Amino acid sequence: MSSPYAVVAIAVVTVVTVLIGSRGLRRSRTTSDFYVASRTVSPIWNASAISGEYLSAASFLGVAGLVMAYGADMLWYPVGYTAGYLVLLLLVAAPLRRSGAYTLPDFAEARLGSPVVRRMSSVLVIVVGWLYLVPQLRGASLTLHVITGAPPWLGALIIVVVVVASVSVGGMRSITAVQAFQYCVKITAITIPLLFIGFVWSSRGAPPVTAHDTPEFAEATTVRFDTATRVDVRVPVTVAARGVVDGRRVDAPLPLAAGRHTVADETRLGFPAGSAAPVMAGSAIAGNHAWASPLNGGGGHGHPLYATYSLVIATFLGTMGLPHILVRFYTNPDGRAARRTALAVLALLGGFYLLPTAYGALGRLYAPELLATGDSDAIVLLLPGHLVPGTAGRLLGALVTAGAFAAFLSTSSGLTMSVAGVLAQDMLGGRSGGRMRRFHPFRIGTVVAICVPFAVALSTGGVPIARAVGLPFAVAASSFCPLLLLGIWWRGLTSAGAAAGLVAGGGLATAAVIVSTLAPALDGWPRELLAEPSALTVPIAFLVMFVVSRLTRGRLRPDIASVMVRMHAPESVRPTGPDTGDTPRANRWS
Amino acid sequence: MQRGGGRATRLRPGAGGRRDLHEQTQLGDLMIRSLMRVQLHLAIRVCALFGGLLGALPLVFAFVPQVRDLNVAGLPLPWLLLGVLVYPGLVAGAVLYVRQAERNEHEFEDLVDRS
Repeated sequence: MSSPYAVVAIAVVTVVTVLIGSRGLRRSRTTSDFYVASRTVSPIWNASAISGEYLSAASFLGVAGLVMAYGADMLWYPVGYTAGYLVLLLLVAAPLRRSGAYTLPDFAEARLGSPVVRRMSSVLVIVVGWLYLVPQLRGASLTLHVITGAPPWLGALIIVVVVVASVSVGGMRSITAVQAFQYCVKITAITIPLLFIGFVWSSRGAPPVTAHDTPEFAEATTVRFDTATRVDVRVPVTVAARGVVDGRRVDAPLPLAAGRHTVADETRLGFPAGSAAPVMAGSAIAGNHAWASPLNGGGGHGHPLYATYSLVIATFLGTMGLPHILVRFYTNPDGRAARRTALAVLALLGGFYLLPTAYGALGRLYAPELLATGDSDAIVLLLPGHLVPGTAGRLLGALVTAGAFAAFLSTSSGLTMSVAGVLAQDMLGGRSGGRMRRFHPFRIGTVVAICVPFAVALSTGGVPIARAVGLPFAVAASSFCPLLLLGIWWRGLTSAGAAAGLVAGGGLATAAVIVSTLAPALDGWPRELLAEPSALTVPIAFLVMFVVSRLTRGRLRPDIASVMVRMHAPESVRPTGPDTGDTPRANRWS
Repeated sequence: MQRGGGRATRLRPGAGGRRDLHEQTQLGDLMIRSLMRVQLHLAIRVCALFGGLLGALPLVFAFVPQVRDLNVAGLPLPWLLLGVLVYPGLVAGAVLYVRQAERNEHEFEDLVDRS
C-alpha cells in the first residue's frame, strides 16, 4: 500500500497547518481580532477560506463514495451543497453581514432582543456543530486506517490534537490563512490524480460503467474483509478463499453460488479477472443499470421521490444555518463584500464538485472490491493507486490523502471554532469579564467542542460519511433557516414566534436524527420520515414561527424599523449615531 | 414628514435622506420598505427559477421514466444535468443576481441622497 508516502503527506499537511496557524498568534491582539479577524479579509481570500472550510470529509470522500454505491440519486448531495450556497447568497449574505452580529446567537439577539432565543440558538449551534464534527472525525479515522492500517481511533485523535492546538492558539485570522491554504490543497489533490485516472481510463477505450450490468473485477483481485460481512453474490463465481465463509473454515478454491453469504472477519477472497464482484448486503446497488438511473431506491429508500425532495430541502436550506460558514461572513468589510464572497464561494464549490462524481463512477469500474467490503467512502483514496502503476500511483495516492486530511482539518477547526465560541460566550460566562479573561473560557470551550464528538465518533459507526453530514443539514434547515429568513425579511417575527419555531423545527429534526441513529431497524414510512425529516420539519418550523408571531404580535419590538434599516440599507447611507450625516460621500465608491 | 436642521441639509446633500432613514420618519420607512421589497423580489425570482428547474427534475424522472436513461453527448441525461451543467448554471445565476442587487442598492443610495 502507499503508506510511507501517505504518512509523509499527512505529516506535511499537519505541520504546515500548525505553522500557518501559529503565525496568527502574534497578530491576534483583541477579542475582535481573535473571533473575526477584524473584518479585514478580502472577498477572494475569504471565499477560499469558506470553500476550504466547507469542503469537508463529506465532499472530499463521502460524495464519491455515495455516488459509487448508490448512483444517480446521490448527485443531489453536491448539487444541494452548492445550491444551498446560492440560497445563502440570495437571501442571507448581505443583510446578515450588515446586522453586525458575530454568530447565529448574536443574530438572534440583535434581531429579536431576546436572551431566551439567544440561548436556544446557542444550543442548536452546538447540536449542528457536533453532528457535523462526528463524520469529519470518522472520515479521518477511516483514511488513516485504510492507508496505513492504523487503529481506527488514531486518525480522529490526530485531528483533535491539531485542531485544539491551532484553534486555541491562533483564532480566526490564522484560521483564514489555514483554510485558504487547505482549499488549494484540496482542489489540487482531487484534480491532479483525476487527470491521470482519466488518461488511463481513456487509454483503455473509455468503457462506460454500464457496459456490464454487474460490477466486474478488471484484474485478479484479493479482497480482505476486516469485519464480518454479509455479501450478495449475483453471478456464481469460484474464489480462492482463506478464512471463514458461511461458518466453515476454508483454505481452497470455493464456489460461491448466487445468493447471500457470510464472510467472517480477517477472511481473504481471491477473485479472478473478469469475475463479477459481490456487494455487501444493503450497502450499495448491485446492478449498474439501476445504479445509473435516478429514483433507484438506493440506500433502502422505499420512497425515493420523497427522499430526494427531503434531501433537496435539507441541503438547499440547511447551508445557511451552518454555524462555521455564517461566522465567515462577519469577516467581510461590508454587505456588498459579503455578497461577492458568496459568489466567489459558489464558483469555487462548483468547480470542485464536478470532480468527486467522476471518482465515484470510475470506482464502480475499477475498484468493485470496495462494494464488497462496504468501504466505498475510501474510493477517492484508493482509485489513483489502482489505475496508475508504480511510484507515480503511490505519489498520487499520497496527494489525495493529503487532500483528505486537509478536508478533515479545515472543517473540523472551523466547526470547533464556532462551537467553542458559543460555549465560551454563552455557557462558560465569557461575555462577562475583560479582554484577557475572555480567552480562557474559549480554550476550555475548544477542548469541550471537539472532545464530545470525538467520543461519539468512536462509539458509533456504519452510516456513510456524506449521509451522516445530511443530519446536521436537516437540523439547520429546520431551525436556523426559518429564523434567518423570517428574521431578515419579515418585520412581524416576534421572539415568542422564533422560540416556538426553533423548538418545533429544531426539536423534531434533532429527535428524528437521534431516533433514526439509535433504531436503524425501522421500515417503511417511519424509517423514511426519520432518516430524511426535512420535508416535514422545515415547513412545520416556518408555520409555527409565523402563527405564533401573529398570535403574539402585540409583543413586537418597538424599534423593529431601525433593526430593518440596519440590516438592509447599504453601509454608505448608514446613519451611525448622532453624527449621522458625517459619513464622507467618497466612502461609497472606495 | 419631518425634516430637521435646515443648514446641515443644505451644506451636505444626502444628510436629510439619511436622517429620514435613521429617525424612521414616514419617508425613511417608505424608502427602506421599497428597498427590501425590490431586493426580496429579486431574490425570490432567482430562487423560483432554480427551485422550479431543479425541483421539477425528480418529478420528471418519476413520471417520464424514459428520461432517466436518455443518453446525451455520451452521458445519461440525469448525470449530464446534475453532475455537470447545474454548476455553471448556478454560478451564472449568482453573477446576474449580484449585479442586479448592487444596482438596486445604488439606486437606493441615489434616492436617499436626493431626498
